[in-house]
Amino acid sequence: MRRYSMFAVAREALRYHAGWERAWRSPEPKKRYDVVVVGAGGHGLATAYYLGKVHGITNVAVIEKGWLGGGNTGRNTTIIRSNYLQDASAAIFEKALQLYEGLSQDLNYNVMFSPRGLLMLAQSEHEMRGYKRTVYANALQGVQTEWISRERVKELVPIINLDGPRYPVLGALYQERGGTARHDAVAWGYARGCSAMGMDIIQQCEVTGIRTVNGKVQGIDTTKGAIDCGKLAMVVAGHSGVLAEMAGFRLPLESVALQAWVSEPIKPVIDVVVMANLVHCYISQSDKGELVLGGGIDHCNNFTQRGSWYTLEETTRALVETYPVVSRLKMLRQWGGIVDITGDHSPIISKAPVEGIFVDCGWGTGGFKAIPGSGWAMAELVAKGHSPLAEGFGLNRFREGRFIDESVAAGVAH
Amino acid sequence: MLTFTCPYCGVVAEESELTGGGEAHLKRFGPGSSDAEFEAYLFTRKNPKGVHFERWRHAYGCGKWFLAARDTNTLEVFGTYPAQTTEPPADLIAAIKNKRPGWEGWK
Ligand SMILES: Cc1cc2nc3c(=O)[nH]c(=O)nc-3n(C[C@H](O)[C@H](O)[C@H](O)COP(=O)(O)OP(=O)(O)OC[C@H]3O[C@@H](n4cnc5c(N)ncnc54)[C@H](O)[C@@H]3O)c2cc1C
Ligand SMILES: [Zn+2]
Repeated sequence: MRRYSMFAVAREALRYHAGWERAWRSPEPKKRYDVVVVGAGGHGLATAYYLGKVHGITNVAVIEKGWLGGGNTGRNTTIIRSNYLQDASAAIFEKALQLYEGLSQDLNYNVMFSPRGLLMLAQSEHEMRGYKRTVYANALQGVQTEWISRERVKELVPIINLDGPRYPVLGALYQERGGTARHDAVAWGYARGCSAMGMDIIQQCEVTGIRTVNGKVQGIDTTKGAIDCGKLAMVVAGHSGVLAEMAGFRLPLESVALQAWVSEPIKPVIDVVVMANLVHCYISQSDKGELVLGGGIDHCNNFTQRGSWYTLEETTRALVETYPVVSRLKMLRQWGGIVDITGDHSPIISKAPVEGIFVDCGWGTGGFKAIPGSGWAMAELVAKGHSPLAEGFGLNRFREGRFIDESVAAGVAH
Repeated sequence: MLTFTCPYCGVVAEESELTGGGEAHLKRFGPGSSDAEFEAYLFTRKNPKGVHFERWRHAYGCGKWFLAARDTNTLEVFGTYPAQTTEPPADLIAAIKNKRPGWEGWK
């Protein structure tokens, strides 16, 4: 792999940019790999990357039915934060945030991480207490967050209407280190890193079956033929249940649509990320000037990557009330992704009931921010059979009633 | 837009008039059941990519709970029926089999 640098840019400028190599190879699949990762979203690619980088396991393939990053990773609104409530969550989301802070350097790929600051508005007495509780919990966890007044909210977000007709803004939970990153770049950067270590990323290759012998995984069937593997990591978000069924088990999650949309580009009007979880809307502005907008999930099982009209309507209503400037904007694009929601709104990073299979899923509406931390933990689990960061997120928690309840932190928010 | 015909009041209701209630025909496991049964009853839904039997409430209409069969991969609604039953009506099952020959059945 040729490194990207100032010198590379200068060198290529002198020869009509003819010397840039492809960021990753697109090889034909081999007969066998030590580890096969299914799903080339951020979590699958990060899992493969840390398997190689931290654990020295490089005979790895990442199998993707579409194009890499084309699932939720390329559809999300890129909010990054670590202000969760429970200790297990704080640990993994904070690990992810710390890795994000150095990710461009580590990957030698600009992921455009932008810690511009993140606010979660409190618009009821209840929410205010909830967020103050989070601030105290975060202080104990060593995650820096603060409670800010409504006046400070107005300073940070001049376009906000504090006295919305339905719910006035009472204050906010503020994480200064939160922000956004470029979603495609995260997938592409990890893919390039994996390819450079000799791993095979195989796109346009759907997994259609999972072969097991005596309760142990043997390999997978794909649209490009059979591939054997020592271990299998399923990292397919909304399709986790479909993959699990191929291996003969069920997962405690349901797949639903989550939508987002962007406005026409305008001059900078908001330089922080703001989430309003009571009225279900959130907003940030992309580098191109588009307002990036979204709200809550739809309320029925769905695999179509399209969402319901009424969700758009509700979210737009909330946005217009909270930021009147939005009412004058045209919307450019709208899309949906299929997110995998668990009963306690926390992810699953776990051994599966079939020996040799591992699952990383259940990130639901909020897994982009977790990509580096999840990849780190999943790689460790696959390599060593145990990972401190993943410990609380095992499948057994549903049977044992040890939930990691993040319904407040993750309910609407991302 | 997703629409369902309420089997009680006969209104063709849009999704915004309804509240989703998740998978239908679950068998309740309570005290005395095994841990595995109780876990499955509480959390492990079928979540199929395809034919799904589910509960809906005509919340902003007559207020009744009813059941529906819908394809989660196309959003096609095959039909709705009253909730006072432990299994889908035979004619609905036949209609779905007709449209989805490879379908493995409702259980
Ligand atoms: C609209 C929207 C907004 C969001 N906003 C945020 C946000 O602001 N902040 C945040 O932190 N999170 C957000 N999320 C959530 C976040 O996008 C996801 O949690 C995260 O991207 C999941 O990554 P992943 O790698 O697990 O899944 P994906 O990126 O979906 O990757 C899974 C891959 O598996 C592939 N696959 C599936 N089945 C098969 C098969 N049979 N064979 C081969 N490949 C297969 C898919 O094609 C896909 O590429 C949002 C999600 C959506 C939809
Ligand atoms: Zn009715």
